[in-house]
Amino acid sequence: MNALEVEGLVKRFGGLAALDGASFAVPAGSITGLIGPNGAGKSTAFATIAGFHRPDAGHVRLFGREVTGESPWALHAAGLARTFQIPRLFARLTVRENLMVAARDQAGERLPAPWFARARIAREEAALAARADAVLARLNLARHADAPASALSGGQKKLVELGRALMSGARVILLDEPAAGVNRTLLREIAATIARLNREEGITFLVIEHDLDLVAELCTPVHCMAEGRVIASGRMEEVRADPMVAEAYLGMAIEPA
Amino acid sequence: MIEFLNFYLIPGLVLGSIYALAAAGLSLVYGVMRFAHFAHGELMTWGAYAALLAVGALGISPWLALPVAVLATIPVALAADRAFYAPLRRSAPAVLLISSFGVALMIRALVYLIWGPTPESYARGFTPPLLLGEIRIQQRHLVILGGALLVALAVHLLLSRSRAGRAMRAMADDPDLARITGVPVAGVIRLTWAVSAALAAIAGVFLAVDTELTPLLGFNVLLAAFAAAILGGIGRPWGAALGGLILGVAEELSSYPWIGNAPLLDPSYKTAVAFAVLILVLVVRPQGLFRGMG
Repeated sequence: MNALEVEGLVKRFGGLAALDGASFAVPAGSITGLIGPNGAGKSTAFATIAGFHRPDAGHVRLFGREVTGESPWALHAAGLARTFQIPRLFARLTVRENLMVAARDQAGERLPAPWFARARIAREEAALAARADAVLARLNLARHADAPASALSGGQKKLVELGRALMSGARVILLDEPAAGVNRTLLREIAATIARLNREEGITFLVIEHDLDLVAELCTPVHCMAEGRVIASGRMEEVRADPMVAEAYLGMAIEPA
Repeated sequence: MIEFLNFYLIPGLVLGSIYALAAAGLSLVYGVMRFAHFAHGELMTWGAYAALLAVGALGISPWLALPVAVLATIPVALAADRAFYAPLRRSAPAVLLISSFGVALMIRALVYLIWGPTPESYARGFTPPLLLGEIRIQQRHLVILGGALLVALAVHLLLSRSRAGRAMRAMADDPDLARITGVPVAGVIRLTWAVSAALAAIAGVFLAVDTELTPLLGFNVLLAAFAAAILGGIGRPWGAALGGLILGVAEELSSYPWIGNAPLLDPSYKTAVAFAVLILVLVVRPQGLFRGMG
């Protein structure tokens, strides 16, 4: 069973094909890596899978269900969450509030429920806050729960984004460069958290990452993209040994991390 | 000193709390939907006239007619949103602003049609002012001050403590992110209109109690309310309320005889004070007085 299947995905911006028939699979329960030189189309693939771009051709399937072209919020509700290369949080909300906003099916966010279901909302709110605190404790962020999100470091913001994905009950989480700009200590923590969530809760991850050592440590399988296509797939050592991969990185004159 | 209190500071605070309620409603809509809602003044007028209807039909005091005003104004705001603002949601802010001008004119025309152009009042009998020592305060002023304080507190609690308020703040922070993290955007927008319309209706009734009802009741204070909202950093209801209070007091104090025996500023110029303050703020501190203060 595949959590995600991407088949022949094409996305053009003007004359440039950022995705040119990309196909790959993310097995359910895996931590799948997506690598490749800058401009290979990794981020466009992410955005297209998560519904931010409508593909010009091709298919995206989530646990076997066709979801091509669905909106980001529909996909979010269906259990697909993503993080951003530059973390995006509600800067003026507290860390706990950032998590609570993302929980699904909240009565009371719309008219006229706030006036007619107060007791129920109060009970749900207490449960929600407790859940957010549990997630924050697991991410080692409990002491920042009441701080505004804007006060966190870049790495901590990435953890909060991960926490937000957990709060939404996501079964598949797309991580966009979790290691970029994060200090070594926090990076170990993020890597350990991803591995633990995958092992203990069976959450499937698709990870874009330039730190190939981290990819080797965490991800199987690994897909390497170049020029909008997947050019190699398999275990990290196989992909790394593939001459096409070496050429893609060298040809773009960018060293493999 | 007592004269200063009775004839300048208290009326200033009363006017200021009315501005505060009007500005908080404007600021809320601006925060969540990013557009300057010019029909807010007409929502105030509509609420005030709805209360007049209840006062006339049931013989109750305008204070008791407040719920009627609120309940009559919310559907107007929701209908305007449904018919005009929702289809334009993705347009430029200027398009929404102009369309809200149109909505303002429609509501105003309806008020003229139903109630006519002659000024009306809630026709209360003469009530003597309360005397606290040498301080004289009109009962209606006391109710307006207390009522505005309660309403401001309620809005504060709604925004800071409730689930609905959290969703509104999330929308104000990053509307796209709110949408993709599952905030029911359409529902939050309706809720925002309801709160904003309720604030407008209450401000309208308060203003009509303190002056008289005319079809231009709300429009006449709309620009001052905008000035207050900008003063407080537009999009922040708390700042807007404080801005309103500051402007109201500034207007009244501008005609106090600070130097010599003549008023510092002729009272007929006092509405200009709001705009002088507004221009000053836009030049010196365009982000509003309170930005960066939590």
